[in-house]
Parts: sequence; C-alpha cells; structure tokens
Amino acid sequence: MPDKILREITSLLLPFIQMYGIYVVFHGHLSPGGGFAGGMVLGVSLVLYILVFGLDSCLRKIPHHLSSALESFGTLWYAAVGFVGLLRGASFLMNKGAGIDVGTPGELFSGGLIFIITIGVGVKVASTMLSLFYTLVEED
Amino acid sequence: MRVALTTVVLVAIGVILVMMVAEMPEFGAGKPASNEVSAHYVKNAVKETGASNFIAAIILDYRAYDTLGEVIVLFAGIAAVLVVLDVHKGGRGR
Repeated sequence: MPDKILREITSLLLPFIQMYGIYVVFHGHLSPGGGFAGGMVLGVSLVLYILVFGLDSCLRKIPHHLSSALESFGTLWYAAVGFVGLLRGASFLMNKGAGIDVGTPGELFSGGLIFIITIGVGVKVASTMLSLFYTLVEED
Repeated sequence: MRVALTTVVLVAIGVILVMMVAEMPEFGAGKPASNEVSAHYVKNAVKETGASNFIAAIILDYRAYDTLGEVIVLFAGIAAVLVVLDVHKGGRGR
C-alpha cells in the first residue's frame, strides 16, 4: 500500500502493540488477560502488518509453514507440559501437587506450570490468527 | 424398523435424563457442593497455585483439562477451516 502516512503511523505503533501482546501473555497469571487474549493481540498486530506492508514482506519474515508449525507446537506444548505432572509421580497437568515450585504470588516467575502453559497458548493463538489470514488472502 | 429403533433409543435416553434430574438435590435444599468449591477457590487459589490472577489459576490449574480440550477444539476448528479453504482454492491441503 503506497500511503505514506499509514505506513509511518503503523511502523510507529506496531512495536507497542506487539509489546503489549507479549506483556499480556507473560502476565497472564498476574493480571487480567492470558494466553488467549495476548495471543490475539499479537496475531492481530501481524494482520495489521500484512494489511499495510503487504503479504510478501510478512511471508518473508514468517513463512506460512512456520506459522502452521507454531500452531501445532502450541497445542503439543500444552499436552507435553501436562506430562511433567505424570513424570513427577502425580496426575496429569498437576501443578503444585506435583512438587513444582510455584514461587511467590505476584512475581513474574511464579505460578509454576501456569506461566509455561500460558506462553504456549499465546504462541498458538497468535500463529492461528496468522495462518488463517495467510490462507484467506493468499493467491494460488 | 428404523422409526421403531429411533423411538426406542430416544425413549431410553429420555428415561436416563429424567432419572438424572430425579437424582438432583431439591431446589434450595442443603448446601450445594458448588458453593464449597467456589469458596475453596477464593480462599486457597493464590496459595495453592502461586498465581495472583486466580482466574488463570482456575482455568490453567484446577481446570487445566478443560482448557487443554479448549485448545484442542481451537486447533481442530482451525485445521478444518484451513483444509476446506485450501481444497476450495484447488490446492491439495497442507
């Protein structure tokens, strides 16, 4: 898109949008939000990038197969984290009961498995948005 | 034949549902278990999970199975949409 104002404003805003998305994902266990909401903000920021700078420049940064792979990875990541509980002799997806250090409530690295799962969900939702948009706008 | 079979199966399902309703406690009687569960969450969630946002504690710790299913449903839905769109465009699916 050749509109100069749109390009300048978008390149100014995008880092903040993506930083906010990452913030919402990483603080999922501390404040409102979490993997689903934060991943959606990240995914929408990538959609904005495609709309303003074109599909090709985004495909060069994140190829379609990479975003599809990340999507599967997010789901598998969640299930794989569940096995930590089993490996430690407790039940599937168990957190503190499996003897995992949950840290001090309120700190960034607290919540044990919740923090790790949230990141996986965030990656999954963001890449889902992106690969869905790729499929919708791609020409064959 | 098919109508008779369908009727029998539906009646059986209906009987099971009515039996389940009959098992429920009377309205307003006693102390439903759900009240105890939410009181337990409010009181102990932060201590038991270390997450100060206890909505996250509930969906990703106490009910992590539920959220795992939710993520899988999301995955299956998107996979189906992608396959249908790809076939519609003349591709072979990815």
